[in-house]
Amino acid sequence: MLIMISEDLLTNKIAKMVSTAAIYLPEDVKTALKNAYEKEGNPVAKKVFESILENIKVAENEKRPLCQDTGTIIYYIKAGENFPFLGKLPKILKEATVKATVATPLRPNAVDVITGKNSGNNIGENIPWIEWEIVPNSEEAEITVMLKGGGSEAPSIAKVLPPGLGVKGALKIAIDDVFEMGAKPCPPVIVGVGLGGTGDIAMKLAKKALLRPIGSRNPRKKVAELEDKLLEALNTLGWGPHGVGGATTALDAHIETAHRHPATLAVGVATNCWASRRSTLKVMGDKVEYLTHKFLNKEEE
Amino acid sequence: MAEYHLTTPISEEQVRKFRIGDILFVSGTLISARDSGHERTLEYLREGKTLPVNFSGNVLYHVGPVVKREGENWKIISAGPTTSARLEMYEAEFIEKTGVKIIVGKGGMGEKTAEACKKFGAVYAIFTGGAGALAAKAVEKVEKVEWLDLGVPEALWIMKVKEFGPLTVVIDSTGKNFYADMKKKVEKNLEKAYSIIGL
Repeated sequence: MLIMISEDLLTNKIAKMVSTAAIYLPEDVKTALKNAYEKEGNPVAKKVFESILENIKVAENEKRPLCQDTGTIIYYIKAGENFPFLGKLPKILKEATVKATVATPLRPNAVDVITGKNSGNNIGENIPWIEWEIVPNSEEAEITVMLKGGGSEAPSIAKVLPPGLGVKGALKIAIDDVFEMGAKPCPPVIVGVGLGGTGDIAMKLAKKALLRPIGSRNPRKKVAELEDKLLEALNTLGWGPHGVGGATTALDAHIETAHRHPATLAVGVATNCWASRRSTLKVMGDKVEYLTHKFLNKEEE
Repeated sequence: MAEYHLTTPISEEQVRKFRIGDILFVSGTLISARDSGHERTLEYLREGKTLPVNFSGNVLYHVGPVVKREGENWKIISAGPTTSARLEMYEAEFIEKTGVKIIVGKGGMGEKTAEACKKFGAVYAIFTGGAGALAAKAVEKVEKVEWLDLGVPEALWIMKVKEFGPLTVVIDSTGKNFYADMKKKVEKNLEKAYSIIGL
């Protein structure tokens, strides 16, 4: 029989992951920001990158959230069909969210959409949001948290184009979006594009694309080439960090696809700020392994 | 580009000297307000009610901080700027009626704010967006909090700060708007960006 972790311990491990995501950027994001600083030629932009890198250090040293915006808390679950906590996960994730809010602390960010009242603990109606993926013949689960900043959420677009406009026409929407939003979403941004499906499917794919590590490419070669081109195009704009002008407007561009309806070409564009906060852990029986923030594995031994 | 180290209250005469690209470091009183804070402030002023804080000559900061209660006191944990564009719909009237002289946020503001800065002698400056931990280091203490019923992010946090900055002036009292000019420059690169994706 499978020996499982206790519900309490799993809740605590997830809470720890959420806190950590708010304080420590993933290594790939840090590296990308350092590289952008190195290659930046505009002295004003260089100063902006200095502040960003300094902020990352201060947050880590003092264990404070690097950005005051907790974001919208979204969990991505990839769970085996036989994962013992499958049904309990929504409850566990809510509890972990509240625990992380108090322990870190995190800014309470869940506001009743009708009354405008802040719930005070980052949980509420449909929040945290959970995205599910079920894996056959498995007892394990991978749990990812995304703390999705509000400023970089404003550029979100879902549009359904006539297929005649083609993939170029769809990518133009992402370029126009980044042009139009300028400094508002805290560039350098990470741009996710979803192509195909329906409007909502394209948007979900776009959001999911933001989870991919910086520098990763879509396994389909043609899509990977489009990602390279889109990134180059975005950085040709010249907005630079926080819109002061510079070489890096986007740290990366990721595209995810689905087959489309014969009559539609749906496109979703999602952006993330430079403070791209995400973390993943894996549950296997009574073991939990932190995949994104590996130093936690040592701390907790 | 000049660098100024200022202490509140700040006069119109001082503010009129600042130009686009100047760097400011502020010590003294910083007051936070976001969407609901702006809305209620204007509501109070229209109805002739007394505000619980005095913005005149002080610094308005577009921020919703992470705070921690420590006994009777509040501690600011993380306090980077929020996107100022949302407040464009309130700011011109806010500048006119409150007498605020320096507004700090991120991402830029629009033409109505720029006009109000020119007319009433105020500037809009940016702090690096997302740099919440860094910003919090400049906060010495929370003097008081008002309108907490609006929720932690929307309440008015009155903070005592030391050398808060660097703040870069992006709208000055001549009405010049750095981001509006920058957008015109970036627009010229659009055709080249399109050509890369084959358009």
